Amino acid sequence: MTACTATGRAGGPRGKSSLAISLVRIRLALGALIFLAIAGTAPAIAQQLAPDGAPNPTASGVNQQTLLREEPRITGYIDIPDTRASVLIQPAGRTWDHFHEVTLHWFGAIVIIGMIAVLGGAYLIVGPLRISAGQSGKKVHRFNAFERFSHWLTAVSFVVLGLTGLNITFGKILLLPVIGKDAFSSLSQAAKYMHNFTSFAFVIGLVLIVAMWLKDNIPRKVDIDWLRQGGGFIKSKHAPAGRFNAGEKAVFWIALLAGVAVAASGYMLLFPFYVTNILGMQIAQVVHAVIAVLFVAAILAHIYIGTLGMEGAFEAMGTGEVDLNWAKEHHDLWLRDQLAKEHQPAASASAD
Amino acid sequence: MARMKFLCDAERCIDCNACATACKNENEVPWGINRRRVVTINDGEPGERSVSMACMHCTDPPCAAVCPVECIFPTEDGIVLHNKDQCIGCGYCFYACPFGAPQYPRVSDFGSRGKMDKCTYCAGGGGPEAPGSAAEFAKYGSNRFGEGKLPMCAEMCSTKSLLAGDGDVIGQIYKERVVQRGYGSGSWGWLTAYHEDVEV
Repeated sequence: MTACTATGRAGGPRGKSSLAISLVRIRLALGALIFLAIAGTAPAIAQQLAPDGAPNPTASGVNQQTLLREEPRITGYIDIPDTRASVLIQPAGRTWDHFHEVTLHWFGAIVIIGMIAVLGGAYLIVGPLRISAGQSGKKVHRFNAFERFSHWLTAVSFVVLGLTGLNITFGKILLLPVIGKDAFSSLSQAAKYMHNFTSFAFVIGLVLIVAMWLKDNIPRKVDIDWLRQGGGFIKSKHAPAGRFNAGEKAVFWIALLAGVAVAASGYMLLFPFYVTNILGMQIAQVVHAVIAVLFVAAILAHIYIGTLGMEGAFEAMGTGEVDLNWAKEHHDLWLRDQLAKEHQPAASASAD
Repeated sequence: MARMKFLCDAERCIDCNACATACKNENEVPWGINRRRVVTINDGEPGERSVSMACMHCTDPPCAAVCPVECIFPTEDGIVLHNKDQCIGCGYCFYACPFGAPQYPRVSDFGSRGKMDKCTYCAGGGGPEAPGSAAEFAKYGSNRFGEGKLPMCAEMCSTKSLLAGDGDVIGQIYKERVVQRGYGSGSWGWLTAYHEDVEV
């Protein structure tokens, strides 16, 4: 570095052709190497003198633009124990501001309103999927009380988390102008605490769901058939499925992966700076927001198909029992096993 | 109307931390809250520079933009104030702030944050409290600005490294210094905060 300063002062390579400059650079590099070898023995201080012979205090000085070109954040030593304070300047804060105020607003609005529009269109054009053979009146047991509890624990906490989370991003656009700043602030304060504490219920629900249903959600060959047959949306075709069809498996895996992602990033935000620095916090927020928006959109589709979109589907999670004909149409392989299981003990009981 | 800014001349800063101490004393800032701090770059190496940093009272302040409850706002003097009654302690202003200015008292379990606290340019608070009142002091600290005075940190600076006041005036002072002594490491943070630098 000192060698460059020396030649720079001596007239340097400015104003020459690019070929000449590159030749000069090669020579400079060689020269610098030789110089450094010599400089090991001779004092290099001589290079830092100002033209008048006085020590030049800026010869090795730092400059913020140079530092910011080298690194995205200028960090230094501080006299206080708060390590966060050692970051002097991080222009990325303005980048994160742009993500949060522009990118996220557009992305969130397009994904969520887009999903609502698609589902609304499906309801208006396709309508609810009826049971072709009609209700049989006979019921088959599908989910036990604990399974339903786990599902609804996750579901209710998800809705609470979704609404309170969306409030942080969209509340000031949609709700603040309606109810005023003070009321909105009180509401958001409560929403923040609800969001923080409900997260634990969501994680417990998610763990239970995964523990109970993982083995039935492992992708199998039948899922390809199910997809090929139009996934039960085409009435003329029959889509075969076990306990969970490929669509439900997709919801399971989305919930598992997105749930882990939002929980991990969310706990980083809930315990700020425990495990990461300012960059990590910004990334955690971006991951949390983007995954959460996609998760909300996916769950909107799940809610639609489980309620309005399909006759007989809600009962599975409502009473835990489904209509025999519904089970025949949507989960034939599971129904076969289930009936066999139900008849087995009955047969052995009558044999006694 | 004057546009209030801070400028730290790193060639003059001696890392004495008098600015941080003056701030704490003037505003009776609680433990763990550091509205102003001194960061030393290249500590112990050639080219070491210390810079005193607090809220720069940015143009187009990113903290105000990201605030989910819109409790942060710039005044007509360009001072960025906030209303602690409305703050929900989400911490977003800290992620957006290029200078690490927002501070949060730890109030409860986990990492839960209390109402944000930051440099007010010694200009009181952005809440409904009467300017110069005891209620305002308790919540936000001193309101020297209302009395026509500049922030205590800059006023206390023994080497006049930290300058506060009208951006044009302090920019001119810095420019003259650089011209006279022949060097300067730049107006730290200005480009990020105000979208402009002091051209020398």
